[in-house]
Amino acid sequence: MHDAQMQLTKKSRFSRNLRKLGRALSQDPVGTIGLLILLAIIAMSTLGPLWFPLDEISNPDLILSAPSAEHFLGTDHLGRDIWAQVVSGGRELLVLAFLTASIAVVLGIFLGSFSALIGGKFDEALLFLADVWLTIPRFPLLVVLSGFFRLSSVTLAIVLAILSWAGLYRTIRAEVLSLKTRDFVEVSFMLDMSMLHIIFKEIMPNMMGFIAANFTLLMRAAIYSQVGLVFLGLLPLDQNWGVMINVAWNQGVIYNPSSIWFLLAPTIVICLLILSLVWISRSLEEIFNPGLQK
Amino acid sequence: MTKNTRTGTDSSQKNRLLDIQDLSIEYRTKRGRLQAVHKASLRVDAGESVAIIGESGCGKTTLATSIVRMLPLNARISHGRILYRRSDDEQTRLDTASERELRTIRWSDIVMMFQTSQSSFNPVARIRTQFLDTAQAHEPNSDPQEILQRSKKLLELVYLDGEAILQAYPHELSGGMKQRTMIALALLLQPKLVILDEPTTALDLITQKKILELLNSLRETLGFSMIFITHDLGIVTQLADRVVTMYAGSVVEDAPSRSFFTSPRHPYSKGLLHAIPKLDAEFEELYSIPGNTPDLVEKIEGCLFAPRCEFALGMCRTTIPSLDEVEQGRKVACHVFGINGKSDKTSSSGGNA
Amino acid sequence: MTTPLVEITDLTKVFHQRKTGDVAILRGIDLTIEAGETVCVVGESGCGKTTFGKILAGLHDYSGGSFKYGGKEVATLSKTDWKPFRRSVQMIHQNPYESLNPTKMVFDMLAAPLRHHKKIKDFTTLYHETVKLLEMVGLTPVEDFIDKYPGNLSGGQRQRVSIARVLAMDPQFIVVDEATSMIDTSMRISLLTTLKRIQQELHVAYLYITHDLALGRYFAWGHRIAVMYLGKIIELGPTSDLIGDPCHPYTKAILSAARLETDSPYELNNIDIPSFTNICTGCSLSPRCPQVMPGICDVTEPQLRDIGNNRKVACHLYAQDDHNGEASYGK
Repeated sequence: MHDAQMQLTKKSRFSRNLRKLGRALSQDPVGTIGLLILLAIIAMSTLGPLWFPLDEISNPDLILSAPSAEHFLGTDHLGRDIWAQVVSGGRELLVLAFLTASIAVVLGIFLGSFSALIGGKFDEALLFLADVWLTIPRFPLLVVLSGFFRLSSVTLAIVLAILSWAGLYRTIRAEVLSLKTRDFVEVSFMLDMSMLHIIFKEIMPNMMGFIAANFTLLMRAAIYSQVGLVFLGLLPLDQNWGVMINVAWNQGVIYNPSSIWFLLAPTIVICLLILSLVWISRSLEEIFNPGLQK
Repeated sequence: MTKNTRTGTDSSQKNRLLDIQDLSIEYRTKRGRLQAVHKASLRVDAGESVAIIGESGCGKTTLATSIVRMLPLNARISHGRILYRRSDDEQTRLDTASERELRTIRWSDIVMMFQTSQSSFNPVARIRTQFLDTAQAHEPNSDPQEILQRSKKLLELVYLDGEAILQAYPHELSGGMKQRTMIALALLLQPKLVILDEPTTALDLITQKKILELLNSLRETLGFSMIFITHDLGIVTQLADRVVTMYAGSVVEDAPSRSFFTSPRHPYSKGLLHAIPKLDAEFEELYSIPGNTPDLVEKIEGCLFAPRCEFALGMCRTTIPSLDEVEQGRKVACHVFGINGKSDKTSSSGGNA
Repeated sequence: MTTPLVEITDLTKVFHQRKTGDVAILRGIDLTIEAGETVCVVGESGCGKTTFGKILAGLHDYSGGSFKYGGKEVATLSKTDWKPFRRSVQMIHQNPYESLNPTKMVFDMLAAPLRHHKKIKDFTTLYHETVKLLEMVGLTPVEDFIDKYPGNLSGGQRQRVSIARVLAMDPQFIVVDEATSMIDTSMRISLLTTLKRIQQELHVAYLYITHDLALGRYFAWGHRIAVMYLGKIIELGPTSDLIGDPCHPYTKAILSAARLETDSPYELNNIDIPSFTNICTGCSLSPRCPQVMPGICDVTEPQLRDIGNNRKVACHLYAQDDHNGEASYGK
C-alpha cells in the first residue's frame, strides 16, 4: 500500500514523467537530432565564450583571412576571429527567442482560455480587438518602433510578444472551444471545479502538443524579427549573428572567397537553430497526440 | 491471374458457399503483433444465416472484413484460407485473389454492410445516382432505366416509396429509412452472401423489429446467405440459423441457434447468456463474467478463456483446445465440455486433469 | 409528507435553431423522485431523454415549468444555494471514452474534487480517501488502478472511475445517462449491480436513462419506470406492473418490439418517428396509433393522469370518470 502511495507523490511523478518524455523523444530519430542540435547550440553559446573569447582588438595583418589552425573560420574585416564571434553571437538571440515565446504563450493561454470559457461580451470584445490587431503589419511596425525607442533584448522580447498575441489568442481560443465541448470538461464543471483548475489541469494538458508547436513557431518568428532588424541596422546590438550578417554583407564579403565564412557561418548556425526547433516541435506534437487522444 | 482451385462437385460441398479454414489474422501495432484472429474456421452454406457473436476485441469484425479483404493496412492474414464458391464448379481463394478479381466479387457476389452504413451515402448526390453508380461499376453496359426499375422494386420490398427515395438526398431520410435503403442497395446486384456488421445497433426498437422481419423475408424471396455480427443476442434468435461464438480471436462454439440458446456448451457462451437480462424472465440476480478480456499482444499459453473460467482444469492453461464436432452440426473448443470432456452437466472440478 | 427530492412540473425546453426556428424538445414533463429512489426513463433515441437528464443534472437550463430540488426552484437558486445543489446532483455520462481526461491518472481524477471540496490537503488522507472510493466501485486491487491512465482501462473500468469521481462529492441524486450502452454486454450487469449496491449503502436516488427495456427493468426493479415519447412522459408506474401490463399504446408497441413478438404483435401504423419540428395537434402518437380515436386524439393533447395503483398514463383511452376516480380501461 505504501509503495503505490509513494509513487504518487508529486515529486516522484514529475521525475517519472520527465523520464518518460525523454524516452519518447529519444525513440523518434528526428526529434533526437533536433534536440541534440539545440543542446549543442545552447552549450556552444553559454560555454563557448569562456573558451573562445572575442578578439577585442583589431589586427590589421589578418583582415579577411582564410580559415587556419588558429582561426577556424578565418577573420573578419577587422582581423578578429570569426569562430569566437559565432560562439558568442547566439546567447542574446536564444534568450530573446525563449523570452518572447514564453510571454506570448502565457498571454495567449490566459486570454484565449478565459475568452473561450467565459464567452459572452468579454469574448466578443476580445475577438474584435484581435481581428483589428491582426491587420497591423508586424515587421514595419517593429521598424518604426525601433526608430523611436532604444530596443534592448528584453524590451524587444516584450514588444514582440505583445505584437504576436492576436494570432496565438485566436488559435488557442479555437482549441479551447473545441475541448470545452468534450465530456470530461463538462464533468469538471459539474464537479464545481474552479476556472483555474479547468484551464490548467483539464484543458491545458490536452493542448500540450499544440502549445509546444506554437512555442517553437514563436521562437522562430522572434529570431527572424531580431535578425531582420539587426540586418537592417535598426537594432544596436553588439555581438549577434544578425550583426555579423549585416556587417559581412556591407563589407562585401561575398566577393572574397577566403572570408566567406564571415557571412556563411552565422547564416548556417541560424538555420540549424531553426531546423532544430522545427524538428523538436514535430516530434513533441507526435508524442503528445497519440498519447492524449484515444 | 486468378487463383482457381477446381474442386470436385462433391454433393455436400456443392452447398458450401463460404469456407474459412484455420484463418489467422494479426495486426502490426506499436506494441507488437496483435493476434486478432487465431485459427478460426467458419462455414456458410447457400441460403444459411449465421450469427457471429462476441464482445469487443473478439475478432468478429476482423474476421468478417477479411472475407471481402477490406482489412486495414497494418493487418495481415498470416495463416489459413478463405474459399468462396463462385459457381457450381469454381472455387476462388479470397485471401490470395488479386484486387481485380476481388472487385468483381465485391458487391455483385458478396456485400458487406458496415456498422456506419448510415453515413455511407454521398451527402451531395441523390440516392438514384448512388444506385446507378453502383450498378454501372459492375455492369457497365446495362441500361440505366432498367437499373432504376430494379432499384424501385427493391426499395418497395423494404417498405419504402421507391420513386420518392430515389429522388431524395441522404439527409432527407431518417436513420431507419437510410438503413433500409442501404439494404436495398446491397441487394441490387443479387449477391449470394450478405455480411452485416451490427445491423440494428443505431435503430430504435420498432424499426429494428421491422428490419429483422425484412431481412428474413428477403432471404426467403431472394435466397442469399447471411453472416451478421452482433452483440445483441435478442436479434440472433430472430435471424440466425446458426450461432458462432468468438472469444479473444478464436471460435469457441459453433451451434444451431436453438440448441445454443437452450443448452450452451462453452463456459463463455454460458456466461454470456447468464449476463444478459431478459424482459420477461423471472427476476433473478444476474452475474457478469469475472475478469477482463486478455491483451491480444501478449502471448498466452493455453485456452484464452481459462483465467476467467470457473471450470478450468490444469490442461486448460497449457494447451489450446481445438474446435471439434461434439454432435451433429455442433462444435465446441473446450477441454471440459468439448469432444473429450464430460457432458454439459455442470460440475466444476478445479483439480488437474 | 416529506418534500420529494426532485419535483418537476410541466418542464419545457426549447432550442433555438437559426434555420428552423424554435424547436420544443421537452413539451411539459411532470415527475417526482423521492430520496433513495430510482426512476428509469426509457424512450427511443432522440425522444429528449438525454436533454431531460442534462437539465436535471444542472447542465442545461430549462425554458419553462418548474424544477425543484430539495424544495427550491433550480432556475432561481441564489449563489449560496447553487453550490450545495451543484454538489448534490451529479451525472454519469454515456461514453466512457470521452468522460475521462486522457492526460490524468486515476488518482488525480479522484483527488481533485476531494482536495477542492473536502479541503483535504494532507497527502496520506487524500490517498486513503481515494482508495475508499475505488473500493466502493469495485476497482480492486486498488494498486492495479490507482496510477493508471484512461488509455489503459477498459470501458467498464472507466465507467467505474466516473462513478467513483462522482461519489467524491457525496451526491444525493445521480443522473445515469445510458452508462452501459458502450460497454460489453457481459460487463453491463456488473456495473449496474455496483450502482444498486451504492444506492443501498449511500441512499442515492437515480434517474436511469436507457433505450434498453430489459436493462431498465433489471435496474429499476422494485422502483418506477417512465416512458418518454417525443418530449413527453406518456406512462409512469412501478416497473413490474408497467412491463407486465402496459397501458399506453406506445408502451405496448415498444414492449412488443423488444420481445420480437411474431404472433399477434402490437404494432404502430408507421415505423417512422415524426420530427420535433412538425408534431401534430392533439396526442403526438395519433398519426401512428392503432387505437386512435378520431375527433378526440387528434384534437386534444392528453395529460399524464393518475389511473390508480400508482400508475399514470397520458392517453384518452384511459379517460377518468371523475366522480369515482377509477380508471375505465379502454383496451
